[in-house]
Amino acid sequence: MGETVQKPTVPEQAGAPAVESTAKREPLLEVDHVTLRFGGVVALNDVNFTLYKGEILGLIGPNGAGKTTCFNAMTGIYQPSEGEIRFRGERITGKKKHHITKMGMARTFQNIRLFPEMTALENIQVGADAHHKTSVLSALFRLPRHRREERDGLEKAERLLEFVGIPHRMHDAARNLSYGEQRRLEIARALATDPVLLCLDEPAAGFNPAEKEELLQLIRKIRDQGITVLLIEHDMRLVMGVTDRIVVLEFGKKIADGLPAEVREDHRVIAAYLGVPDDDAA
Amino acid sequence: MTSVREWIYSGRHAVGERWHNAPRWMRWAVIAAVIVFFYALPNREFYQWLGPIPTTGSNFGQVLFTISIYVLLAVGLNIVVGFAGLLDLGYFGFFAVGAYTVAVLTSPSSDLKTLWPWLLALPVALVLTMISGVMLGTPTLRLRGDYLAIVTLGFAEMIRVAATSSEFLKGQRGFNQIPHPPGSYSDGKPIFGVLDPRPYYWLVLTLIILVVIGVRNLNRSRVGRAWISIREDEDAAQLMGVPTFKFKLWAFASGAFIGGLAGALFAGKQNFVSSQNLELLNSIIILAAVILGGSGNIVGAIVGGGLVAYMIERFRGIEFFGVELYEYRFMFFGLVLVVMMIFRPQGLIPNRRRAAEFKDRRKEVIVGG
Repeated sequence: MGETVQKPTVPEQAGAPAVESTAKREPLLEVDHVTLRFGGVVALNDVNFTLYKGEILGLIGPNGAGKTTCFNAMTGIYQPSEGEIRFRGERITGKKKHHITKMGMARTFQNIRLFPEMTALENIQVGADAHHKTSVLSALFRLPRHRREERDGLEKAERLLEFVGIPHRMHDAARNLSYGEQRRLEIARALATDPVLLCLDEPAAGFNPAEKEELLQLIRKIRDQGITVLLIEHDMRLVMGVTDRIVVLEFGKKIADGLPAEVREDHRVIAAYLGVPDDDAA
Repeated sequence: MTSVREWIYSGRHAVGERWHNAPRWMRWAVIAAVIVFFYALPNREFYQWLGPIPTTGSNFGQVLFTISIYVLLAVGLNIVVGFAGLLDLGYFGFFAVGAYTVAVLTSPSSDLKTLWPWLLALPVALVLTMISGVMLGTPTLRLRGDYLAIVTLGFAEMIRVAATSSEFLKGQRGFNQIPHPPGSYSDGKPIFGVLDPRPYYWLVLTLIILVVIGVRNLNRSRVGRAWISIREDEDAAQLMGVPTFKFKLWAFASGAFIGGLAGALFAGKQNFVSSQNLELLNSIIILAAVILGGSGNIVGAIVGGGLVAYMIERFRGIEFFGVELYEYRFMFFGLVLVVMMIFRPQGLIPNRRRAAEFKDRRKEVIVGG
C-alpha cells in the first residue's frame, strides 16, 4: 500500500495510543482495488486499503458513501465485481458467509439484527456455536461433545454478558432489552464467535454522549484483548477519539487514508463533510 | 369480548407460571400421570367412566390410533415449521414415502415380490424418507417463504400423482396384505392382529414418547438454536457462523424421518395402502394442527395434533336433525380455526418466545385501532 502520508509530527492525540510505524506491522485485511456495481450504480469504486493487526481503523464518510456496502463485501454478503479481499492472507471473495465468520471476522449491524425472540444468553450462544461441531447425532443422544460444547458456550456467554455490562439481562428476550443494551448484546454476540477482526457498523447511532463514552471504553477494552477493530461511525468526535487510523470514503471512492489528525486536516475530507464554498469549488 | 380475552390470557399465564415454578418432582409426577392416562385410555374398563369423551360412532381404540398418528406427524412438522420456520405445505408426502416403501417391500401385490417382514422394511423406509427429505430440500431450501411453500405443495402432489398413475405403485387398487409388526403373546396369538387396534396405539404412543425425547434434546442444543436463529433472522444467523443450509436440510430430514415413521406404522396397521390415502387435505390438516396447538412448542404440537384428529373423528356417527355431522366436520374445523385466529393466534400452548411476538402485535393493533 504505502500510500499513508507520513507527516512528521502528530499534535495532541485525543486519547488514542500513538501509532507505530506501519512498516513492520502485519496486514490482517486487505481490500485490494475492490469495485462493486449494482447495475449501473457503482457503489464501490476501486477501494483500496489495508487493515493491520491490533489497530482500530475508522471507516467514515458521508451518508451513502459506501461504508456499509464495503462491510457487506467484506463479510461475504456481496461479491466484488472487480478486485479481491484477503483476510489473514487468504482470499475470501466467494467464500460462504459462515466460513468467513469462522475464519475470525465478526460484525454487528447498523440496524440491530439480533434474534428477537431468543434470550440474551441464547443470542450469544448462537455466536459461540460458530466454532462448535455438535450436530444432530451428538445432540440427539446428548453425547459428551454436546455436553462439553454446551458448557463451553454457556460459560462464554456469561462471561461476555459480564464483559459488555448486561449480565442482569441474561434471561430476557432480546426484543425486550433497551436500545443500548441491544447494541451491547450485538457486540457480545459477535465477540462470541472468537473474532480476530470485529467490524462495528455505527455502534453509537442513537446514543447520548454518556453512552458514547461508555462505548468508547468498551471498544478500547476489546482492542486490549488483541482484537482488531474496524469501525464505521458518523460521530467525528468518537472516531477521532478511538481510532488509530481512518479511511474516508465518498461516493464509493476512497478520498483519504491516514492518522486521525491528518484526516481531520485533509481538505477533501472537510469538503466532503462540510461542503465546499462556491468560490472554492472550481 | 375484551374481558374474555383477558380471562384466557391470564388463565394461560397463571398455569404456565405455576408449571415453570413447580418443583422438578412435581412436574415429573404430572408427566408420568399423563403418560399412564394415555396408556390406559383405550381400555373399555377405563374409558367407560369418561362420559362423552370416547367416540360413539367408531371403535375408540381405532380412533386413538388415528389420533396418535396425527400427533406423531404434528411433532415432526413442528420441527420444520415451528422451529426452523420453513413453511412446508407438503409434509404428508413424507408419510406417503414411508407407507409406500413398506408396501412395495412387503406386500405380495408388489412387483418386487420381496415379501419382506414389516420390521425389516421399516429402517429402509426411514432411510428412504430421510433421503427424499434431503432430495426435496437440496434444491428448494434456497428458496424462502412463499416460494418454499409452493414447491413443497408441489412435492406432495407429485407423490400423489405418481402413486395414482404409476403402474409400479398400483394407483387406487393399492397394495394389500402388508404384514403387521412382529411379536406374539405367550399363547402364540400375534400381538398386532386385525381385530384389536390397541397394541398399535400403544406402539405409536411409545414411539411418540421416544421421538419427543429426541426432538427435545435437539431443541435444547446447538441444532435447536441454529433452527430458531434461522427462523428469526436467516441472514444474521449466517453471519454469526450458522451453516444455515445444512441445518435447514437437517430440519427437513428430521421432519421427514418422523413423517416416514408415521407412514410405515400406518401401513403396518392398515395392511393396505393406496393413492386414496394421499389427499392434499392431510398436509393442510397437520399444518393446521401445529398452528392450532402452538407453533414452535412440542407440547403444543402434541395437543394440536390430538385435538384436530379427535375433533374430526368425534363427529362420526352423530346425527343432528337427521344430518350426519361427520359430513360437516371440516366446517366445524374451519370455524374453530377462525375463532382461534381471533382469540389466540399464537396457538393453544405457544412457544414462550413466539407468544411474546404475537402479544406485541396485538398491542400494536389495539394502539392502531
